Amino acid sequence: MSILEVSDLAVEFNTIEGVVHAVNGVSFSLDSRETLGIVGESGSGKSVSMMSLLRLIPEPPGRIRSGAAWFESSKGRVDLLSLSKTKRAAVRGRDIGFVFQDPMSSLNPLMTVGEQIAESMRLHLDLGERAARKRTVELLDRVGIPAAAERYGNYPHQFSGGMRQRVMIAIAIACGPKLLIADEPTTALDVTVQAQILDLVKNLRDELGLAVIWISHDLGVVAGLADRVIVMYGGLVAECAPVDELYEQPRHPYTEGLLEALPRVDQDRGEELRSIEGTPPDLYLAPAACPFAPRCSYAFDRCRQAVPPRYVVNNGHDTACFYDLAERRPRSE
Amino acid sequence: MSNVSTADARPLVKVEGLKQYFPITRGVIFSRVVGAVKAVDGISFEISRGETLGLVGESGCGKSTTGRSILQLYRPTAGSVQFDGTELTALDRDDLGAIRPRIQMVFQDSYSSLNPRHSVGKIVAEPMVIDGGYARGEMNERVAELLELVGLNPKHRSRFPHEFSGGQRQRIGIARALALNPDFIVCDEPISALDVSIQAQVVNLLQRLQNELGLTYLFIAHDLSMVRHISTRVAVMYLGRVMELADNADLFNEPLHPYTQSLISAVPLPDPKAERERRPILLKGDLPSPSNPPRGCVFHTRCPLAQAVCSEEVPAYREVRPRHWAACHFVE
Repeated sequence: MSILEVSDLAVEFNTIEGVVHAVNGVSFSLDSRETLGIVGESGSGKSVSMMSLLRLIPEPPGRIRSGAAWFESSKGRVDLLSLSKTKRAAVRGRDIGFVFQDPMSSLNPLMTVGEQIAESMRLHLDLGERAARKRTVELLDRVGIPAAAERYGNYPHQFSGGMRQRVMIAIAIACGPKLLIADEPTTALDVTVQAQILDLVKNLRDELGLAVIWISHDLGVVAGLADRVIVMYGGLVAECAPVDELYEQPRHPYTEGLLEALPRVDQDRGEELRSIEGTPPDLYLAPAACPFAPRCSYAFDRCRQAVPPRYVVNNGHDTACFYDLAERRPRSE
Repeated sequence: MSNVSTADARPLVKVEGLKQYFPITRGVIFSRVVGAVKAVDGISFEISRGETLGLVGESGCGKSTTGRSILQLYRPTAGSVQFDGTELTALDRDDLGAIRPRIQMVFQDSYSSLNPRHSVGKIVAEPMVIDGGYARGEMNERVAELLELVGLNPKHRSRFPHEFSGGQRQRIGIARALALNPDFIVCDEPISALDVSIQAQVVNLLQRLQNELGLTYLFIAHDLSMVRHISTRVAVMYLGRVMELADNADLFNEPLHPYTQSLISAVPLPDPKAERERRPILLKGDLPSPSNPPRGCVFHTRCPLAQAVCSEEVPAYREVRPRHWAACHFVE
């Protein structure tokens, strides 16, 4: 059963230089208990699209131009994008938990870590001070903070980067959410600490039955975590597929290029990496063609004249490309 | 220009017992030294001509400081750095200036390492201006040649850094490093800030330049996959010390030190099937502070194999197998 259905989401930003077309019509759905990985490079729109679901982008300069996001909240099915401010606040933090890349800037430096976790439970779950405190200590312990009761009164700066991310996770799961949205939560961490955090998230996900949207630029992290993956490029969904299929049979030239550009720690030194020539797309231009066409070795005339729709490859796998990578020829019109 | 040949056995760079401490001070007017951050604490290695030594480790392990100390951007607290037989730590400012053209650096952050008010032409020409002895026409020609070499359009020389993308800015930094025909380049996380598709472009460029110009690299990075791809040999650092150093294939196929083992096991693989099989060795806790490193083996607080001896005695850094060094009491 799907708990989130996003259709035709488009987001733009007004800047001095002009309008930035950050997200240009993104659609996807998410089942309960499913983990969806969203990969893409900087500027691909992966963060902006997920942040705008909860209206976490600054408006203005940001503007949601179109779209709907139907979510099964604890109070019924709602469109996140058209909810009133108060109703939105009731969903945010309660039914949907967030973990951001940089815990130092998402935690309040003037509030103890314990109070920050307890705050959301007092607000959303109507817990009294005592009950919230008790539950907070349990949560701190659950996310792997040693001597949890003693750390309740500590401030964020007294924690290491990995520990702060554990605190963020505790806040995100405090009110028993159905959905956890994690925006590059391990990107700023060292690889051994990243391994600890990934292990924790996997355990919590299975234990609490969470649906997860995991935004990352790291194809390795997503390979180990996701059931299904969306690859974004230039504010559009380039490809969407079950995780094994995406890595084994990519059907979008961008996905194929990304996978070939990656060296692997478990394989011997190769001669040369395949690189994707050219530079990322110019988002000041309204999308009128495939955004990847200028860097694509398969591109032909049609790619420069229209935005490709998402062609279904098979059940659960689609690609926004006019070229059929499996058949090695352009698709018939 | 140097020749890549195995016949020349003398290493191009030889580091011995290098220490780089930074003082911790208290008080503003009567400031006094109350301790030291031991960023690099006694490391030794050699780099042969034409090879790439990968230097990996997590943040705060001292890998960037090592690069800067070798270049004498910091004056080392102790130890020796020899470049092509010359002891760099003994040189004064002028003598260092004379040898600098042969040792260059590429920085991680191309925003802060390129002057935003200078055109690309001026940035790339600057080493030649400082070194002196170049005629204007000669310099212009060389700038065009360098831009072409790193895959930029020489016609864009009058543009400014902000007009280029991250990957292109990194190419500008590389062109500048090449201006004086160096033998040795310290690459300090040159691709960490770049997107995956652009990383491959820059790494391929660095490898091509190495082959064409016979360059020697110290490649500092935290991305183990990329280090495996680009390095001839690899050194793993932890809290200011080298834990293990070996030829590329030996280090990744048969890591001996428990820290290296856990580091490699922690890297996610872009392959869902391999990911389901991978069992990372999870380390306990966090990195200790380099201002107060653990006694004995610096890794013992997180080591899955630690015994009593590890908290008492510093393990010797020894050649456990031919060309394979490690610092651990339990490595046979």
